[in-house]
Amino acid sequence: MCHQTVSLVARHLEEAGIPTVIVGSARDIVEQAAVSRFLFSDFPLGNPCGPPDEPDTQRAIVAMGLDLLALAFAPQTTVQTPFAWANDDWKINFMYVDPTKADEYLAVGEARKAKQAAAKTRT
Amino acid sequence: MTAEAPPPGAHRNFVSYIDKSRELYEAYGYDQAYRWATNATAPFAELTKPLAESRIGVVTTSFLPRNDGSLDTGDGPDLVLAKEPYAAPSDPAPEAMFTQDLSWDKEATHTHDTETYLPLARLRELAEAGHLGSVSPRFYGVPTEYSQRRTRADAATVEAWVREDDVDVVMLVPL
Repeated sequence: MCHQTVSLVARHLEEAGIPTVIVGSARDIVEQAAVSRFLFSDFPLGNPCGPPDEPDTQRAIVAMGLDLLALAFAPQTTVQTPFAWANDDWKINFMYVDPTKADEYLAVGEARKAKQAAAKTRT
Repeated sequence: MTAEAPPPGAHRNFVSYIDKSRELYEAYGYDQAYRWATNATAPFAELTKPLAESRIGVVTTSFLPRNDGSLDTGDGPDLVLAKEPYAAPSDPAPEAMFTQDLSWDKEATHTHDTETYLPLARLRELAEAGHLGSVSPRFYGVPTEYSQRRTRADAATVEAWVREDDVDVVMLVPL
C-alpha cells in the first residue's frame, strides 16, 4: 500500500509541475499506477535505498535516483539498480500462502475482519 | 512459513505484490480483491534547473515516533489514531521512525537503519559533493491509505509544504 500511496502523491506533484522520482521495490504496483520516474530496487520491501548499514550501496542507489530525475525524457521510465539481495528466498516466502493451512488463514481472516469492524465503529 | 524455491526461470524475476496480496486475502476469506490504482499514462514534469542547483524534498510513508520516543504503538486502539500527513525537520535526520504497521518484509530485513528508506544523510552527502543543490529543511510523511481519494487529498497537503520550502524536485520512498 505504501507504493500506491507514493505513486498517487508523485502523480499529483507531477501534474502540479514538480518533477519526482520514486525509489521503491514493488515494481508492479508503481508501474500499474503509472508514474513519471521509478528506480526499481529488487530488494525485500522495507529497504529500497539499500541494505542496512551499507552506506556506500545506499549512496549509489540514491545517486541513481538523482540521475533518473535528471535524465528521464518521458514518463513511465523505470530503471533497475544493479544490486541484488544476498539471496532470493524472500521472493517466495513473503506473503506465502501455504495450501495445507487453509483453515488457519480463514481464522486469521475472521480475526482481521472483526478488528476492522471494531475500528470502524470507533471512528 | 516458507516454501521451496522454484526452478530458475519458472517465475518472473520480480515479485508481483498485486498477485501475492490477492492470493493472501483470498485465503483470508475476503470476497473481493482490492482494486489497485491503474493508469495507462503518467504526467511528466521537466526539471526547470540543473540538479546541482535544485533543492530536493523527500516523501516517506514511515511515521515519526511518538513524542515520548516510543516506537511501539502496540496493537490496541492507539494504532487506529488518525494518521495525518506531516512535515518534520530533516537535519538532523531522525534516529528512528515508526514502521511496524507497514507491510514490509519483517522476516527478510529490518528498518533500524533509517537511511534504507529515508535517505536524508545520503542525500546531504550527495549535496555536499555537488550532485545536488540542497536538501529541503523538512521531509514529508504521508499515511498509507486504502482510500485513494484520501491519499489524493494528502498529496495536495504535501504539494503545499514543498512549495513553502521552495523544493524543486521530490524523491518519494515507500517501504
